[in-house]
Amino acid sequence: MDRKIRVLVAKPGLDGHDRGAKFIARALRNAGMEVIYTGIRQSPESIVETAIQEDVDVIGLSLLSGAHNILFPKVVTLLKEKNAGDIIVMGGGVIPVEDISYLKEKGIQAVFTPGTKIGEIVDFINEKVEKRNK
Amino acid sequence: MTFPDKIVDGDIRSIARGISIVESGGIESDNLLNELYNRNCSYIIGVTGPPGAGKSSLINLLIDEFKHHFRKIAILAVDPSSPFTGGALLGDRIRMQQHAMSESVFIRSMASRGHIGGISGATKDAIKIVSAAGYDLVIVETVGVGQSEIDIVKLSDTTVLILVPGYGDEIQVMKSGIMEIGEVFVVNKSDKSGSEKLATTVKWLLKENYRNKSYLPPVILSSVTNNTGIEDIVKAVLNHKNYIEKNGIDRDKIQERIKDDINILLERKINEFIQHHLKYPENIEKWVNLVISKKSTPYEIIREIKDNMILDIREDI
Repeated sequence: MDRKIRVLVAKPGLDGHDRGAKFIARALRNAGMEVIYTGIRQSPESIVETAIQEDVDVIGLSLLSGAHNILFPKVVTLLKEKNAGDIIVMGGGVIPVEDISYLKEKGIQAVFTPGTKIGEIVDFINEKVEKRNK
Repeated sequence: MTFPDKIVDGDIRSIARGISIVESGGIESDNLLNELYNRNCSYIIGVTGPPGAGKSSLINLLIDEFKHHFRKIAILAVDPSSPFTGGALLGDRIRMQQHAMSESVFIRSMASRGHIGGISGATKDAIKIVSAAGYDLVIVETVGVGQSEIDIVKLSDTTVLILVPGYGDEIQVMKSGIMEIGEVFVVNKSDKSGSEKLATTVKWLLKENYRNKSYLPPVILSSVTNNTGIEDIVKAVLNHKNYIEKNGIDRDKIQERIKDDINILLERKINEFIQHHLKYPENIEKWVNLVISKKSTPYEIIREIKDNMILDIREDI
């Protein structure tokens, strides 16, 4: 048995700044994970559908436009509606510190802002996925 | 409802899980495939060609056209795994994301996981999962291939080979092994210069050399940018489908695939059996040391362990 960790990296909403998302995608690949990258301007609905079809363990959402308080929780809600609430959701991008606790309350399990060391994100995923698949 | 029943019922989450299970292999995968065997009723199209030829973008457009002819379409898109980290960046899906919400389309990205023939070891099993779930068309997109990755032929009923201008002269085309595998040839990026010339060269080569005398593959010019040639590709695929069904080639292909499945399972069993009796891999270090200290050679070791193994097996029986 060789179960690989699968991660969906997606950018919801309208901003086109994908450097961060691409950096994360590559870094997670280099950490041995299988990363599905969907590109920019995805709706929460299509992100959730993609996550289910791709059977991912984790969804990484990246947003720099300021709509995170709406779009990140929307993804979590839709996952629950689709009976896929077990998929881990994390977020990143330009997120004001004062919003982080709200997002966590809404089910986003971690928020990584600029300057985060990539090892921290890799450790977070490894740890969470191990717990989830137990 | 049991898990295999949920797959047959078309439950998306179960289908997706099922593919992960066959990708991971092991006894769980064997049991699932055993339950779902002989349910395949899909037509399988393989799409292959060099990296950047436009395979994903073409498939994206082909989906809309194929929807007129098939009820449910599954796409299995294979991208390479890193040989160093085992990770993979699966990006074929970006070009097809407009179909993410379509209820009749299922898209799954697969990493090649060390398999070198252009697909992953589990691709043929993933086909069985989506096939059991009622997808009557399965499109398999290979990793970008070069000159000899032709595993896709065994899996597919129709293989579509996508070429683009700018990959060298006609000698490159002539020597390339992938030239022998297509049943529909597409010269994509026909808006670029050199595409007409490439199409002419390919047509000429096929006429002279194609292995099958009763079927000559068409060569179709297409452009994703200008949205041209898409209908022609679909027509050519359906034409070939017609041809293989009329001539019973579809049944031959199914026989070959079953043979392949049995061979792979048999090989695995034989390997496990022999490894058990050889105490492999526990012994490999010992053997390497015998060779390093010049006490033996790999040839002598093999001769000796073969004899010992036969004795061991006799005792066992």
